[in-house]
This record gives sequence, C-alpha cells and structure tokens, in this order.
Amino acid sequence: MQELIHRAKSLLESGEIARVLGWRKGENNWDVEPAFFATAEDLESNFIYNGFCGANLSKYMIEASKLEGKTLVFLKPCDSYSFNQLIKEHRIDREKAYIIGVGCKGKLKIENIDAEGILSVEGAGYPDCSEVLTVHTLYGDKTVAYKDAMLERCHVCKGKEHKIYDELIGDSVDTCDADRFAEIAKIEAMSPEEKFAFFQAELSKCIRCNACRNVCPACSCRKCVFDSTKFDSAQKANATSFEEKMFHIIRAFHVAGRCTDCGECSRVCPQGIPLHLFNRKFIKDINSLYGEYQAGADIEAAAPLTSFRTDDAEPGVGRG
Amino acid sequence: MPVNENWKPTIVAFCCNWCSYAGADLAGSSRLAYPADVKIIKVPCSCRVNPMFILRAFEKGADGVILCGCHPGDCHYSTGNYYARRRMTLLFSMLDYLGVENGRTRVEWVSAAEGVKFSETMNSFVSKVRTLGPSVRLGDLRCKN
Repeated sequence: MQELIHRAKSLLESGEIARVLGWRKGENNWDVEPAFFATAEDLESNFIYNGFCGANLSKYMIEASKLEGKTLVFLKPCDSYSFNQLIKEHRIDREKAYIIGVGCKGKLKIENIDAEGILSVEGAGYPDCSEVLTVHTLYGDKTVAYKDAMLERCHVCKGKEHKIYDELIGDSVDTCDADRFAEIAKIEAMSPEEKFAFFQAELSKCIRCNACRNVCPACSCRKCVFDSTKFDSAQKANATSFEEKMFHIIRAFHVAGRCTDCGECSRVCPQGIPLHLFNRKFIKDINSLYGEYQAGADIEAAAPLTSFRTDDAEPGVGRG
Repeated sequence: MPVNENWKPTIVAFCCNWCSYAGADLAGSSRLAYPADVKIIKVPCSCRVNPMFILRAFEKGADGVILCGCHPGDCHYSTGNYYARRRMTLLFSMLDYLGVENGRTRVEWVSAAEGVKFSETMNSFVSKVRTLGPSVRLGDLRCKN
C-alpha cells in the first residue's frame, strides 16, 4: 500500500497528474469508499488499499474525464475490463487517465463474515493478506477463511491480467474456484414454477434504492429511462408500477452484451439480491448462441447485440 | 389452471409495416379468420420493437405478445429483423429463465404474401395462450405474498 501512495505522491508532485482516484479510509478497515485525492497530505493520511477495496473505480472516470488535467486511477485486473468497455462506448477519455494496474488477491465482503459486533478484521491487508482472517468482535475473537469472506465475483475471477494500464504495481492471485455459469445452469434446470418462486422471492426484497444502477459501469447513460420525466432529479422513486415490476429485467437487458460481469451490482445491493444472476444469464446465452464474448476484453470486437449472423438461432430456441 | 371457457385473452401482435402488416391485410381481404382477440400494432420494422415494448404490453394487460416481421433476408431495411432476432432470442430466454410461461411470447416471420400463414399463426398462438390463462406472473414478479 505504501508503494501506491509513494508512486501517487511522486506523480502528483511532478505535475503529471492533477488528482488521484482511489479508496478512502473509513471508520473501520472494511468501510472504505471510492474518493478523489488532490494533495499528498490527503493521500498520506487517508488513502487505503486493502482486501475490502472491492469498488470498481472505472465509472468515476466518466466524471474525471471532464475535469482539467489527468487523473491517476487504480484499477484491479477485473476493473480494467469495465474501463476498456467505457472507452469503447466513448464514455471516458483515455488521454485523461493515468492507469496504475494494482494487484489483487481477492476482495472481501464484510457481510460474508458471519459475526455480530465486529470491531476489526485482521489479515485483510494488501499485499500481506493471510489465508485466515482474524475477526475481533464484541463477543471475542473469531477466525474466518479468507476465501469464505470473498465476494461472489472473486470465486469466478477473470484472471490476474490487466487489460489496460500504464504501469503495474503489486502481484495478483487468480482466485477462481467455481464455475461461472454453474448457478445459472442450476436455475435453468428448475421447472418454471420453481424458477418463478425463486426470482419472486429474491426480487421482492428489492427496495428500489437504485444502488445497482448507480454503481454499474455499464449504466452510464446521461439520461436514464428510470429517471423521472416529471421531476428534474436524477434520483427518484418508481414513477410507475411498470417500472417498479420490470426494473431488473429492463436494466439487465440494457447492459446485455456490454456487462463485463464485474459483480458490482451484487456487491452493493443492501438487500443481498444476487443481481449478477440476470446479467450472467445474458452472458451465458450470448456465449452459447453467438460465440464466446467477454465485454471489455477487446475494444475492437463487434458487440453481440449490434451485430448479427444470417444463420442466428430463432427466438424461443430450446423451448419445449 | 382451469380456464374459463368464455375467457378471452388479450393478444398484442407487433407487425412490421412492410411484410407482416400486409400479410394481415391479405388474410383479411382473403376472408381468412383469425381471433378478434389479436390487437395489431403496426411498427415500421420488427427491430423498432424495443424489448421494453413487449414487457409494457404485458404490464398493460396483454396475455400474450407476438412479434411478426419480414423473413430473415427480406427486411425492407435490409438487416433490421436480424437485430430484432437477437434481441428477442435473448429476451425470451430471460423470460423463460424467470419462470414466465414460454407460450406467451413468440416471433414469427410472415411475408406480405402469407395471409394463410398469418391467420394460422394467430389461431395457434391464441389457442396456446387460452390454455395458459391470464398472465399474472410478470406483474407479480416483485410482489411476494
């Protein structure tokens, strides 16, 4: 972590960059948040990079691209896919970014640690993380395997290779230990009644806070269909019952073919809805029907929903 | 679900201006019968149909939604129906995945000369939707009792 601060400070001092986009310390070591840093002092006292820095900073580069001067941004290997995708969509300016590809050994989710009254989590640092986390709680200490506290997306890690960077700092570990589409295949094998019951139970938890939309790097439209047409506020509660009911289907469709499967939607959902199941279903279909496609891997590749083949499958393929 | 014999489904058919709408016209002028439950919405091209239109039709009370366009390769705008085909394939797959009965959505390619096909398609689609009964699942997707 000191290495990152040191490098950021020297770039700031040299005047090559105007600000740093990174993660700011919170009250506890797990409630870190994305933030801009403009001074070396701020970096020194508030910058943090640890196992809880799951936030994908790519989307903040849309705003940073409009600012004067270059922004130093730290990207983990999986974040670099989102960054690439945003370049492809002309939403961010490559020239306005100085990218430090930062190593990643899997990111953690505090909710995955099954303990009450957590005071601190030990062993979640970077680059020195331990295989077993020690959790200090009001009711005594507890140990949790690092792997068990990881975000869902880290179990289906895309690998340790950065797709875009100016320089690299730190080592990465490929934490993939599960089949990315296993969950989807399990749901597909259910009967329609079971599927409906499953999704109804999950989606009924939704409070329409819009967190999934706001965090999603693919949800970067200037004007969103879910914004109110009556009020001039970007954030609003549901305007119609239609939107209320179909929000997740529509959102998933809007990012279909552009979603890099970064897993931010599931990470930020306060209700713990596995939102990646929607996006990943589209990815699975696209892969099987139109050929393997990973959004953000290759800027030049034709996107599946803006291209076609004359021998594509017919709608309703595979229906009984 | 036991379906009331007298129940009439509401069917929305999106038809492209150049082939399918003309096909429906031909069915009419050839005096071929198809159920009056079918409400046709004319669109310039099958790819004008945003997947949201399909969902919104269900929201507004449709029990089945069918999209008709020119045969692949015959699009008036050359390639529109190829894009529509990919979109609908993914949308229908998603609806199946959510557990919405798969007989409620269909895509059929109907040319301007296929009045018979139009009438047969509508007859079979309406009878399929009749067996499924009123559409409730999409509307209940986020309302667990």
